[in-house]
Amino acid sequence: MKTDRILTDHIVSVLVHNNPGVLSKITSLVTRRGFNIDGISAGPTRQNDMFRLTIVVKGDDKSIEQIQKQLYKIIDVVKVAPIIKSRMVGREICLVKIKASLSDRHEVLQIINVFKANVVDVGGNGLIVEITGDSDKIDSFLALLESHQIVDVARTGIVAMNRWDRPYK
Amino acid sequence: MNGARIIVESLKKEGVDTIFCYTGGAVIKIFDELYKHGEGLKLIQPRHEQGGTHAADGYARSTGKPGVVIVTSGPGATNTITGIATAYMDSSPLIVITGQVSSTLIGTDAFQESDVTGITMPITKANYLVKDIDDLAVTIKKSFFIATTGRPGPVVIDVPGDIQRQEADFNYPDTIELMSYRPKDTGHPKQIKSTIKLLSKAKKPLVLAGGGVNLSNATGEMNEFLDKTGIPVVHTLMGNGVNPADENQFLGFIGMHGTLYGNYAIQNADLIMAVGVRFSDRIVGNSETFAKNAKIIHIDIDPAEIDKNILVDLPIVGSAKSILKEINNVDLKIDITEWKNELINYKKENPLSYGKGKLIKPQHIIELAEKYFPEDTVVVTDVGQNQIWVAQYYRIKQPRSFLTSGGLGTMGYGLPAAIGAAVGNPDRQVVMFAGDGGFQMNMQELGIIRKYGLKVKMIILDNSYLGMVRQWQELLFEKRYSGTDMEFNPDFVKLADVFEIRSVFLKDPDKAETVIKELAESTESMLVHIAVDPDENVLPMVPAGKALDEVLTKL
Repeated sequence: MKTDRILTDHIVSVLVHNNPGVLSKITSLVTRRGFNIDGISAGPTRQNDMFRLTIVVKGDDKSIEQIQKQLYKIIDVVKVAPIIKSRMVGREICLVKIKASLSDRHEVLQIINVFKANVVDVGGNGLIVEITGDSDKIDSFLALLESHQIVDVARTGIVAMNRWDRPYK
Repeated sequence: MNGARIIVESLKKEGVDTIFCYTGGAVIKIFDELYKHGEGLKLIQPRHEQGGTHAADGYARSTGKPGVVIVTSGPGATNTITGIATAYMDSSPLIVITGQVSSTLIGTDAFQESDVTGITMPITKANYLVKDIDDLAVTIKKSFFIATTGRPGPVVIDVPGDIQRQEADFNYPDTIELMSYRPKDTGHPKQIKSTIKLLSKAKKPLVLAGGGVNLSNATGEMNEFLDKTGIPVVHTLMGNGVNPADENQFLGFIGMHGTLYGNYAIQNADLIMAVGVRFSDRIVGNSETFAKNAKIIHIDIDPAEIDKNILVDLPIVGSAKSILKEINNVDLKIDITEWKNELINYKKENPLSYGKGKLIKPQHIIELAEKYFPEDTVVVTDVGQNQIWVAQYYRIKQPRSFLTSGGLGTMGYGLPAAIGAAVGNPDRQVVMFAGDGGFQMNMQELGIIRKYGLKVKMIILDNSYLGMVRQWQELLFEKRYSGTDMEFNPDFVKLADVFEIRSVFLKDPDKAETVIKELAESTESMLVHIAVDPDENVLPMVPAGKALDEVLTKL
């Protein structure tokens, strides 16, 4: 029994035929092999019936390799590609509903400006803000808003691709 | 043509000759079409869907053809689950067609509705719910293709009642190509070259044959390789059936209850060529110490098996048959006389053995059966002590002739699997070994042996215990025999009698030989109920998680 496994976030990009049940097949397989899904996003691709999933799971390097091989065994899975952290572009969208009275708004709007976020809804009691970026940026954005009253947060989970070129060393 | 008829015609197109089926509300239409248009299809109706599924599995393993099952929705389908999981773990090709409530009723908790594709997801290679009549034929084609190619496995097709009744043109595709499923048959030439290099340099090479050798029908190629090179061979439970011409090369099966010499060979080899194995925990023991002196070559058709349980030095992905053929094409020059002598001596000094006594020893019965049954007999076991004793003492010399639930370890597998084997092999003998516990898990299937005029020879090794667990309790739980007592077993002779099957009770060791000889020579089905020594244990034994050389030879 290995108890000293080093667990890190891994991102796997999966191209699938969008046949009924394929999403549950994939999530149940990942769970069955002992992983927790930290994030998952899905959407259509350029090919007609194909979907791309981006899955974030925690695990050690060896078991992540095993997960990828097991994913390939699902008949509807066309391609499984690991996203390499050092060379990926990853983006997430987050909507934040903030309670902000007219007097508070100025400060909130300043934070929004600094992060290049957008106000997508304004009401009498507050705002809804949309921010796009990598997960770290969204985390720090939310941290800064802590002192204000966050009513609700909705995040899409990450979508990611490997860059064209390897980063310059 | 209606959907039900399309199913029947598709099965004919696939060359199916036997269907293990149990009717019900949601498949009544399919049965009606089978009645009207089922010429050439033999219908075997079990007494329970689990029995039917194991029978189809036994049919598939012994013949190499996929086993076909048709059952109704709800309980019919859920009763097949253990059978499907058993087949999945041992990579046995099954096509399980389940009726489903009408598509308009799906999701309403209708009568006899169950989410079959949901339930079977983790135990099938693929599964389908057919929602459009135009998809039906192509789904069946796809299912057969997936079940029988690459690493075989069970596929479930769930067909709602209204789809069975709808009309469509019948167009069965001749071939099918799936973009996302292209199993690789041939091994990478570079990897094969490296294999040859490693083999020719090895001083202490060893072959480990697994179930994949049987599944890819590569026993001929395997035997040829062994005969040409003289390399000694061990096998897993599922790999039983390899047969080198030189008996000295054969070191039996390895793992938790492997032979001392087999496990010794693993631990002392400097190169292991593992073919079609998945390095299960029962084979490996402690993965840190398994084959600690050896480089490992791993030949397997499933890339997911590479580096799963054991890190290997040289993987080759492809079918055992094609890769062994390639390797056999090369003239290998190796001199391993010293290693072979070491193993021969070790085997001589550490043979399999059991004591003698006033009570019948189960191992003795198995040796007698091997003596009197012909070499091409299909040998079927249940699960537990009986299974391991047979693996140890019955030398299987033919491929696809040892049927056992290795991966899932399903008690109750033996009798129905033997029935399936008898259905698929009318010209061969089928002998089943079961314990008193496992036999009772599917003994209702005795009911169909006479019905279909099958010839099944049954041996019940009755120790009035669930012996394998009792053995663990003796070793690890200070003989607290909790839940392993089988008091009030039925009189199995009377039981067989009820089903009009000839039966004999045996208790006297002196009569054992005559009875087993009679069993082997009997021209009809026969059951022998044997009271064996209740204290007999399966030995040697490597306790779970230990190294293969940390072995117990007595408890």
